Amino acid sequence: MNTPVRRLTVVATLMFLALMVAATSVQYVQAPSLNADGRNVRTIYREFGQDRGPIIVAGEAIASSTPVDTDYRYQRSYSQPFLYAHSTGYFAAALSAMTGMELAANDVLGGTADSLVVQRLQDLVTGRQPQGGSVELTLDPRAQQAAWDALGDQRGAIVALDTRTGAILAMVSKPSYDPNALAVHSGSAAQEAYDALVADPTEPLVNRAIGGDLYAPGSSFKIVVAAAAIEADNLDADSPVPSPAQLQLPQSTRVINNPGGIQCTPNDTAPLRYTVEQSCNTTFAQLGMDLGADALREQAEAFGFGQPLRIPLPVTPSTFPQDMDAAQTALASIGQFDVRATPLQMAMVSQAIANDGRQMQPYLVATERNADLEVVSTTEPTELRQSVSPRTAGVLTELMTSVVANGTGRAAQLPGIAVAGKTGTAQSGTDAPPHAWFTSFAPADDPRVAVAVVVENGGFEGDVASGGTTAAPIARQVLAALLVE
Amino acid sequence: MAIVSQQAGRPGRWVELGLLAVAIAIGLYAYVQVGLATTGEVPSGIVTQLGVLVVLAVLTHVVLRWRAPYADPVILPTAVALNGLGLAMIYRIDQAEGTSFASRQVMWTMLGVAAAVAVVVLLRDHRQLRRYTYLSMILGLLMLLLPLVPGLGATINGARIWISLGGLSFQPAELAKVLLAIFFAGYLVTNRDTLALAGPKVLGLQLPRARDLGPILLAWGVALVVLVFQRDLGTALLFFALFVAMLYVATERLSWVLIGLFLFGGGAALAAATLDHVGARFDVWLNALDSDIYNRAFGGSYQVVQGLFGMASGGLMGTGWGQGRPEIVPYAHSDFIIASLAEELGLTGLLAILLMYLVLVERGMRAAIGVRDGFGTLLASGLSFVVAFQCFVVVGGVTRLIPLTGLTMPFLAQGGSSLVVNWMIVALLLRISDAARRPAAMSGELPIPPLDTSGEVAEVTFRPTGDDANPTEVVRLS
Repeated sequence: MNTPVRRLTVVATLMFLALMVAATSVQYVQAPSLNADGRNVRTIYREFGQDRGPIIVAGEAIASSTPVDTDYRYQRSYSQPFLYAHSTGYFAAALSAMTGMELAANDVLGGTADSLVVQRLQDLVTGRQPQGGSVELTLDPRAQQAAWDALGDQRGAIVALDTRTGAILAMVSKPSYDPNALAVHSGSAAQEAYDALVADPTEPLVNRAIGGDLYAPGSSFKIVVAAAAIEADNLDADSPVPSPAQLQLPQSTRVINNPGGIQCTPNDTAPLRYTVEQSCNTTFAQLGMDLGADALREQAEAFGFGQPLRIPLPVTPSTFPQDMDAAQTALASIGQFDVRATPLQMAMVSQAIANDGRQMQPYLVATERNADLEVVSTTEPTELRQSVSPRTAGVLTELMTSVVANGTGRAAQLPGIAVAGKTGTAQSGTDAPPHAWFTSFAPADDPRVAVAVVVENGGFEGDVASGGTTAAPIARQVLAALLVE
Repeated sequence: MAIVSQQAGRPGRWVELGLLAVAIAIGLYAYVQVGLATTGEVPSGIVTQLGVLVVLAVLTHVVLRWRAPYADPVILPTAVALNGLGLAMIYRIDQAEGTSFASRQVMWTMLGVAAAVAVVVLLRDHRQLRRYTYLSMILGLLMLLLPLVPGLGATINGARIWISLGGLSFQPAELAKVLLAIFFAGYLVTNRDTLALAGPKVLGLQLPRARDLGPILLAWGVALVVLVFQRDLGTALLFFALFVAMLYVATERLSWVLIGLFLFGGGAALAAATLDHVGARFDVWLNALDSDIYNRAFGGSYQVVQGLFGMASGGLMGTGWGQGRPEIVPYAHSDFIIASLAEELGLTGLLAILLMYLVLVERGMRAAIGVRDGFGTLLASGLSFVVAFQCFVVVGGVTRLIPLTGLTMPFLAQGGSSLVVNWMIVALLLRISDAARRPAAMSGELPIPPLDTSGEVAEVTFRPTGDDANPTEVVRLS
């Protein structure tokens, strides 16, 4: 009877081989499609139910996970939800959705980043529940809070940059929202909160600092035109430029006036410095037409317009329009027509000027650490491009310093610190109040920080709002928080 | 036979002790990992767990030294390791679900090991069992049909395979498995020559005589009764496979296997066509991912598909103990424990577990080949095959190789009857392997039990030189 027993053994062995093939088929061959199946909640649980690392600002966790007794195991919570909402974004397990840094740094926070491979191996051996790494942001809590307070209940956004590195020191967008409401594990509660935010006409979910519908930059764009003119004609701060009382646009019935409809300088020509201090529309419309649309676009792009950017949050590129006629070029030269910019873009213009013309890559992540808080990655500042020559940067600094010292930006003055800036008051439509802009850096003689502010539709001041009266005082408070000890 | 003579004289008890240490270490490592992953600390029951495992293993080991010193040294550690892995996974599901199956399973483990020790101590020679051939049949059939008795049987999850006695539920079919294996072995060793040799030859196949078809028809009938009235496809399949396999070993006739496959295939096809619950199993098997079948409230594929999702998320290396989501699958601690293990230990772990079963089966088969009497050969091969086949049906069902049936994974799955009976199977295999590996010169000292039945003398007469001198081997035609 031994032969049939041997054969039976072979049959049993073949049965086990068949099982091994079947197991391999399920766990290896079919695994990708099974894991991608919408009915597989494990994929969601794995993504949203892990011990996620914190997001840190100045040593304090602003987003962190704590164990809870639900299917998602860890509750994400935000300690200062409104203040940092647009930086952290939200991690909504019940909605299977994430945004902001939660999304941009998901691989580190979730522990799947390549830089954390050593720790994953350690966890595998020791059996420790895998933990995500932490991400430390560049934000300065004092500046962030100052920006938040200065903007008050007005809609708008503020960005502050370190002029030498490009590190983002403050990023505020208002109105803000509470990411905790979206992070709840109850699917219906999270969905309700989300629906309410989406339905809100003030669009609290939009990070106005780097995205959304963007804003016409208005007169703050004149720095870009001035830069092009200085580069083209080797001007200095006191070179004479045209300054008519009004400017008839070619092939158009439209006339460009200066603010208040008056002659903004004593004569039809004036020193460049004076036209910038007073923000003369006729001067820059004329300069823009003289330079031509291509030269203007080239200079705008050298400042970052139209260029894709991640900080690592995705930034909507600011735009300078194509195929303009002379009249449109004139309007674009004063930051109207179809010119659109993010507050980050206008902060980057100031940053480049402050840094001898070298524009730095803006960044929000200072360091990445593993679960044991060992640094696994540190962001090194990188230069994006040379926006203007150092000489031009010097002339522009002189012009912008004059704006704050003697011109439209006097509200941004700080005691003992020379501030350089440029105001902007942008038409946002026929009926709506204008957007108030201010872009600046300080100290002018040894720049350290750049700040851009936009107040949407004039904020509290409404129709009478202007860059000088509405935005400049806000920038001043942020600069003070950063520079005054 | 060469294997047996090589190993003769090497009891292997020290090997067994070493392997037992490894097996206990595997179980405890798993248990500690579960604790660390789910509660962040070493489970408080660790000392108890360690104590129970060590005491049980050492006790059995000592009993083997005393009563079966030549028993195969690999069988016991394999069973201990599988049992330990099962306990760890059940504990892990308990942690997730707030249930307390693990402590009951520990109790059942103790009972199972006690049963195994009792078998090894009380049954000095496996041939004694042959005396109870027909008693085993009667008891076995009784066990099988017991759940149909009104008032005693209980229907759980649609299958009427349980009996409830004083709050304890028991699956008598598990015990029937062993009893019927004893009956088949006793019956076949007596009648094998008639079954094998008489009958017409058609197309080169030696067909049995019509009157010899009786037993296989009876077995088929019982299997169908189980299938139809107890709605238990798995048990029906298991018994029929056990019978056909042992029939084949006894007669060496392929025709029996073909007849058996034909009969069962026909029965199963008929059942699938006429019985809703069997038809539903086939639907689920063939179109598991189909959303209609997935969403079906009763008899849908939710469980199978969630099991597949779990296994897929485990991938090659698994999530690690306590870090997956096996509890999502219904019955993650019993019917689908293999999917739970596959999720947390990955394909690597699942293959290792399957290999452990294969080692157990192969060791049983080795004992079947080594043992010198036909009854022992039939019993050992039948019991080994039933373990292998049960694994095949369970894992095949979970991985969608075959339709899902309601069997439990030996040693791993939560469930008392299954665990106790599998420990008894292990005890029988240990007993038979002891006889197989005992040096020939010493086997004369074995007490040969007096046999009361006549006409079976040729099979049980002591043959010191083993199978080579077995006259039945010589006359066998191929």
